[in-house]
Amino acid sequence: MSQNLGKIRSPLDMEPLAIEVHDVESASRSRSARNDLILICVFSAVVLASPWLLAPFGAAYPDLLQRFCIFGIFAIGFNIMFGLTGYLSFGHAAFLGIGSYAAVWSFKLLTMNVIPAVMFGVLCAGLFSALIGYVCLRRAGIYFSILTLAFAQMSYNLAYSVLTPITNGETGLQLTLNDSRVLDAASGIDPTSSLPVTNLFGMKMSGYPGFYLCAIVLIISFYISIRIFRSPFGMMLRGIKTNQNRMSYTGINTRPYLLAAFVVSGMYAGLAGSLMAVTDPLAGAERMQWTASGEVVLMTILGGAGTLLGPVLGAGVIKYFENIFSSFNAQTLHSAFSFLPDGLAEFMVTITHPFVGEGWHLTLGVLFMLIVIFLPGGLMEGAQRIGNMFSGSGGKSEAESPAEQTKPAE
Amino acid sequence: MSLFDDNVSRRGILKTGLVGAAVATAPFHFVRGAGAADYLNMPKGKSVIFGFNVPQTGAYADEGADELRAYKLAVQHINGEGDGGMLNTFTSKALKGNGVNGKKVEFVTGDTQTKSDAARASAKRMIEKDGAIMITGGSSSGVAIAVQGLCQEAGVIFMAGLTHSNDTTGKDKKANGFRHFFNTEMSGAALAPVLEKAFGTDRTAYHLTADYTWGWSQEGSIKKYTEKLGWNTASAVRTPLGAGDFSQYITPVLNSGADVLVLNHYGKDMVNSLTQAVQFGLRDKQVNGKDFAIVVPLYSRLMAQGAGKNVQGIFGSTNWHWSLQDEGSKAFVKSFGQAYGFPPSQAAHTCYVQAILYADACQRAGSFAPCDVGKALEGFKFDGMGNGATEYRAADHQCFKDVLVVKGKENPTTKFDVLEVVEVTPRAQVEYPPELLGGQLGSCNNGA
Amino acid sequence: MDAILLQILNGLDKGAAYALIALGLTLIFGTLGVVNFAHGALFMLGAFCAVTVGKLVNYQVVTLDPTRTTPWGTPVEIRTPIVQEWFGDFGAFMVEYSVPLSILFAIPIMLLIGVIMERGLIQFFYKRPHADQILVTFGLAIVIQEIIKAQFGANPIPQAAPDLVAGSADIGVLLGFDPGTVVYPYWRIIYLLFSALLIGCVFAFLQFTTYGMVVRAGMADRETVGLLGINIQQRFTVVFGLAAVVAGLAGVMYTPILPPDYHMGMDFLVLSFVVVVVGGMGSLPGAVAAGLLLGVLQSFASMNEVKNILPGIDQIIIYLVAVVILLVRPRGLMGRKGVMES
Repeated sequence: MSQNLGKIRSPLDMEPLAIEVHDVESASRSRSARNDLILICVFSAVVLASPWLLAPFGAAYPDLLQRFCIFGIFAIGFNIMFGLTGYLSFGHAAFLGIGSYAAVWSFKLLTMNVIPAVMFGVLCAGLFSALIGYVCLRRAGIYFSILTLAFAQMSYNLAYSVLTPITNGETGLQLTLNDSRVLDAASGIDPTSSLPVTNLFGMKMSGYPGFYLCAIVLIISFYISIRIFRSPFGMMLRGIKTNQNRMSYTGINTRPYLLAAFVVSGMYAGLAGSLMAVTDPLAGAERMQWTASGEVVLMTILGGAGTLLGPVLGAGVIKYFENIFSSFNAQTLHSAFSFLPDGLAEFMVTITHPFVGEGWHLTLGVLFMLIVIFLPGGLMEGAQRIGNMFSGSGGKSEAESPAEQTKPAE
Repeated sequence: MSLFDDNVSRRGILKTGLVGAAVATAPFHFVRGAGAADYLNMPKGKSVIFGFNVPQTGAYADEGADELRAYKLAVQHINGEGDGGMLNTFTSKALKGNGVNGKKVEFVTGDTQTKSDAARASAKRMIEKDGAIMITGGSSSGVAIAVQGLCQEAGVIFMAGLTHSNDTTGKDKKANGFRHFFNTEMSGAALAPVLEKAFGTDRTAYHLTADYTWGWSQEGSIKKYTEKLGWNTASAVRTPLGAGDFSQYITPVLNSGADVLVLNHYGKDMVNSLTQAVQFGLRDKQVNGKDFAIVVPLYSRLMAQGAGKNVQGIFGSTNWHWSLQDEGSKAFVKSFGQAYGFPPSQAAHTCYVQAILYADACQRAGSFAPCDVGKALEGFKFDGMGNGATEYRAADHQCFKDVLVVKGKENPTTKFDVLEVVEVTPRAQVEYPPELLGGQLGSCNNGA
Repeated sequence: MDAILLQILNGLDKGAAYALIALGLTLIFGTLGVVNFAHGALFMLGAFCAVTVGKLVNYQVVTLDPTRTTPWGTPVEIRTPIVQEWFGDFGAFMVEYSVPLSILFAIPIMLLIGVIMERGLIQFFYKRPHADQILVTFGLAIVIQEIIKAQFGANPIPQAAPDLVAGSADIGVLLGFDPGTVVYPYWRIIYLLFSALLIGCVFAFLQFTTYGMVVRAGMADRETVGLLGINIQQRFTVVFGLAAVVAGLAGVMYTPILPPDYHMGMDFLVLSFVVVVVGGMGSLPGAVAAGLLLGVLQSFASMNEVKNILPGIDQIIIYLVAVVILLVRPRGLMGRKGVMES
């Protein structure tokens, strides 16, 4: 990853690409750099203030906030592969799971400090994604998707059954009182009668501190993703999406670029997975199931594939539905509509009831359909349309929209 | 939210807005927890909140829905609404029908999806956001163990729902977790004598086992107790969870020389493997001059309905069945049936009982503090809850009670009348020393 | 030997189910260019056609008997099956043969569902990226599932095969094995033959009718066919309906083997996609061949002898084979160049 970051700073690298050449002009570049700075600042502010901003929506409690960040990271990483190159991986959850398992093992064997766990998780996920990516990237299109799906499903099935000694199968890998934790033992931390908690140099990593850790990592991840999007490397990946053949004809071997993108996005997934273990030290096999891979695909498309902010938004929406809509029951609905006159309240409860609680899947399904039918670019397109409406320049925005579609996050 | 009622610092943080804010706020949240309460989510107002965490989507959604019905009934009874159900037959008379410790019981619900992650997420929501003092429910052991671990860490009581694996109160037992449901060890011990009576001692068993921890646990217990009888085990084959079509595992049984097929499957897997085994003519088969037999160690009536006629005459065990004639069961079936129009399942029963037991323990302890409630539950002996005399063993937080051995009914009168009770195996016969299953309870956690 | 023969039968049986779903998937993909994640839901809807017919013919009038009470104190319900009462023997026949009769019911229903789906939703997604198609059809699949769950509950609902074919046949005797060693359920044999017939019909339709010929031409080159002035749209609608019928009938016939529940479609969907891709996108014979091949391999991998050497192989065999085939043959078994590679 550091290699890619290094490249970003050399403008010379941009020349040979000849894609979106008009972007390269220095004036526009400095403008876009300024926009990026505004974007990252606003993003950081919103993320860090989310415990306050989300309170009116009933989403401001540490676990869900952590999940927003973690799945945001996961989706950002997925978007680097899918959004930029168009290669649709259906097995990204495997890397998330591997990151989780690696982190929990680090907690069990080494120390409850989160730094080694996260590093170990990202490293393992990176290695796995390099291996799987090397094989899968020999094919393109749906063949690539099915190859990644196959690897992920194999990981899931084995983790659930025969690999139980490593993964603890159905129950999930958990901390126990008699784990060795050699580093903690060496530094004189007494094994107590209750399970130790994850910490960052003594700071407990559950609850809000855990959220802030995830939030900071999310902001850094977002920043890296912006840099990748703007870098020559990112341009190269978009070139592959636009026309891989033409890229090959110009004499560029696209596979190393694809593999690099795949590994980066696998490491993002591993990072998300290890953060899941940090905030809640348990790793279950179902994290690797195809439905989990499908979920991140849906998050990304829902938010807007290829946009910077879209995947984070999509992740937030899906997790919000899963955690909040599923918790509504007739009782909560009654109190929610209690301000209405009796008959009307009763009516509202009756028509909304099938969509909440056990029916939250239905709402999600309907949402998917509505978004993709009316907002092909995902939520980001919706946000952009609203933005255009307010800026009041209808004709102008229409002329701009095709160009904007590739990077509406600006 | 009331967590952040300090307006000045709130505005300040919003202004700063950046990375620094995190560092500034972090210690803030630390202090908040300490000193505010003696234990996590200590009820302050006139009500106390229970968290019902049941599967609402996925394969066990119907079971989850039944659990939720039972919980609602339990809450009504505790609060003094309805006919009081089992409170009338329960030997402990601490609960007076006016809530618990003078507080009215309210509840929040969540969807476990029968996935450890989702179950923990929804339990966390109930603890962190809704202020639940206790979490209960669930329909699989993986979920129960995961949520039990979470409750231990967070510092609330977990009253397990339907979970049958030994590990819940064995290898993975926790001081804050309590289980009323029975386990595979008890199933094995209870089934073996009945199997001996029905099929004799000279039998060869073939196991099909769901390839995950519960399945292995079940297979191990049945093997252990049947081999004590003198049975042989021809083979024990692991099948992938949710295989759907089990034919490729069933055909090898045909010519294996085995004369008993043990299906260590639960839920949908059980319905499918049993249906298919019967289609392959296993039930009408003769091997070694004996009638071939099928055994389903853990029955669920809800699921058995899905296997239709195929369950007839097949032995298994269950935690409770609505046709029991003791006063407690009759009272529960009556109030459940009147409320919903059909009899409760064993999942509903265990969940109802767990909610009542928890409320009763709080009342007896005079507190909701997990450690006090835990002490009140440990070693608690009671009756009148449908399973006869029962004890919450202090050493592993497992309930010990009689176990029901059941058989698929030959001539069901209604669609609920699927199982008939063959034998009530007395508690003494299924009891085992707590060391047998390993694990450590650790110390209880009040959370604050 | 008998064990191997049985496993081949098991594999063909399972493979036939995969093949029937995969056939529809690849037909839709090859002609319409749409990745249909709702195809598993169509299979499930077919199965629930059988459930609905089963419920209809078993429809009971409920009257209350105030003299007797249930254990919970409400009057006992007396249920009278009206179909048998009204139609006598014919009613009893309908109850007995409800699953085969459901076929007659399922064909128009599934055709209708297919056409409505295509006209109402899918047609707007021909030109959209595959990602959009996946999202919208996945959303549709969830909606269909949830509606079925709300209507029928989450538990499996058993559907019995007719008593006449409920047992199993000693087919080993015909092949010279000892009696009782190779027995196979009648219904599974019927299912296998039915699948073969259905696959044959689809191929015959595409191969020997002019209508089918145009569809095949459309699969090969949609634009040119359109330029010839043929209303390719209308044919595509019919193709979608046809694929829905095939999936639906597979679902109907599978109900006695696998008691249907609302989630069964998703369980088959992923495997069917693997089958389609292993067979080669857009190749009908490929889908059938891959379905049967993967089914048989899965059966063999489940044998104790194999599992003892390679534990857990039955869990991953399908995916492992898929990986190997895709690495050796870039476009699957019978895929054409240029399909879905960009």
